[in-house]
Amino acid sequence: MPETILVVAEQREGKLNRVSWETLAAGQAIAAETGWVLEASVIGDSVGSVASEIAGKKVAKVYDVESPELKKYTPDAFSAALKEFLTSKQPKLVLMPHTYQVRDFIPKLATAMGRTVISDCVGFRKDGDKVLFTRQMFQGKFAADVSFNCDAPWFVTFQNGAFRGDKVEAGSSAAPIESVKVGISQGIVRNNPQEVFKEAKQAVDLTQAEIIVSVGRGIKEQKNIELAKQLADALGGEIAASRPICDSGWLPMDRQIGSSGQTVAPKLYLALGISGAIQHIVGMKGARSVVAINKDHEAPIFEIADVAVVGNLFDIVPPLIEEVKKAKAGN
Amino acid sequence: MKILVCIKQVPQKDAPLKLNESGTWIREDVSYEVNEPDAYALKEALRQKEKHGGEVVAITAGPARAQHVEDPGFVGLDAFNTARAFAAAIKDEKFDLIFTGLQSDDYGFAQTGVILAELLGWPHATIIMQIEKSDGGIKVKRELEAGYFQFVEVPLPAVLTIQSGINKLRYATLIGIKQAKNKPLRKVTLAEVQAAMSANLQKIERMYIPHKTKKTEYLEGSASEIAKKLVDKLRNEIRVL
Repeated sequence: MPETILVVAEQREGKLNRVSWETLAAGQAIAAETGWVLEASVIGDSVGSVASEIAGKKVAKVYDVESPELKKYTPDAFSAALKEFLTSKQPKLVLMPHTYQVRDFIPKLATAMGRTVISDCVGFRKDGDKVLFTRQMFQGKFAADVSFNCDAPWFVTFQNGAFRGDKVEAGSSAAPIESVKVGISQGIVRNNPQEVFKEAKQAVDLTQAEIIVSVGRGIKEQKNIELAKQLADALGGEIAASRPICDSGWLPMDRQIGSSGQTVAPKLYLALGISGAIQHIVGMKGARSVVAINKDHEAPIFEIADVAVVGNLFDIVPPLIEEVKKAKAGN
Repeated sequence: MKILVCIKQVPQKDAPLKLNESGTWIREDVSYEVNEPDAYALKEALRQKEKHGGEVVAITAGPARAQHVEDPGFVGLDAFNTARAFAAAIKDEKFDLIFTGLQSDDYGFAQTGVILAELLGWPHATIIMQIEKSDGGIKVKRELEAGYFQFVEVPLPAVLTIQSGINKLRYATLIGIKQAKNKPLRKVTLAEVQAAMSANLQKIERMYIPHKTKKTEYLEGSASEIAKKLVDKLRNEIRVL
């Protein structure tokens, strides 16, 4: 029997969290490299439609793991359900996205099974018999290849944007779905979660944005934010910023990109006057294309830029807005 | 309430870091400071003490320059072993709450607090923005993704990982942390807790400077030429126009 890789997809209210496609793409890549069999699972209450959605992709099997106790997320119930399921399946490798929800329960689950999690990985590498997982250290200043020093199952979470969700391979036919009922004993759930809500002030979800225009210290003054907003509007994108801009109150905190803000993976990330401190980079390096405008040619943002403009943003942005408008009008 | 705060030291933010000779860790001859997320946890613990009375105790693991769980053998522990050392070190004390920072600026595991909760058999909640006492326990506000939040009732004792935005750190907070040097200190040796520990379950094989994966194209010319070239790229290569 070959070894098995099991992806645990994330769903919220019966809808697949699209970051799960990235985890599935990671699973497909590891399967291709190792020859291990790729399976997927979704856990919750009445999540059959999510299982069907995943079954359309190139996976050997999808498990629909259900219990009424899983309707509301709690770390106790999710950990207990997965422990029961994984103990019976014994996969070699268990992959999950590094979401806030997964971060909340996966260390508990692994500990309950006497195992460890290599968390927040950005890649993997096969090295002889070993599979090494690459994660960032010291806020991205270094990378480390990390191996497991324990028995399976091995738990790994992948950083948002580490793999391309849109590159996940479709299957030639729908994968079989196996329904698994897990029993969660009375009294196991100790936390009482209440309804999820947004703050009265409308918070923006930049993770879904396809185009982001982001400003850093190079914007100099609060009134100049308007210029970046005009560019974002012309492009049909969202405005965002690095931490110092939000700390100064020039843009609200929910527009902040980086390790203490949102992690985004848009088609275009246009960085205006952003130096590219690592705390910022970790939040946007998953962008498909990065365009950076900065007058300092040594700014680290250029290390990860596809297109670089070394120059004064106040000279370049006004004609850029005009050209974008012209291009849009011509469509 | 008796609150334990888990604190670690990390290299100072602007410290120039170099790899060690074996390429498995950094050279340790740099200046250290309190891991910033842990400073938020400590500040919050002190705030809770002001409100409800009680006691705040800090725990940290490391060589001589740190306090409490003190031995060079505590260097390079994975999150599982750090949590096991802490659990063993506090086994004779009764805490109502344990706080940790969200994650550390060196490893960035974001795991130690949750593992500690599981080892102690306590409930936990992560990424906490607000803490209120309630009947029989606490009510906490968790930050979720995409601007969402959730209140969760948690019975005590419990472990919470604290989000940075929960309070405003001031320079005075860090001074306050330094003054903790004058507080009573219990040193825990490796021998006291070693029985609870094991070999690390994960191992850093190699550490290195990340490879540059992108090829960068520089656009040159006058501002209007650059604007034209850039729009051409946005349309034909990046395809967002």
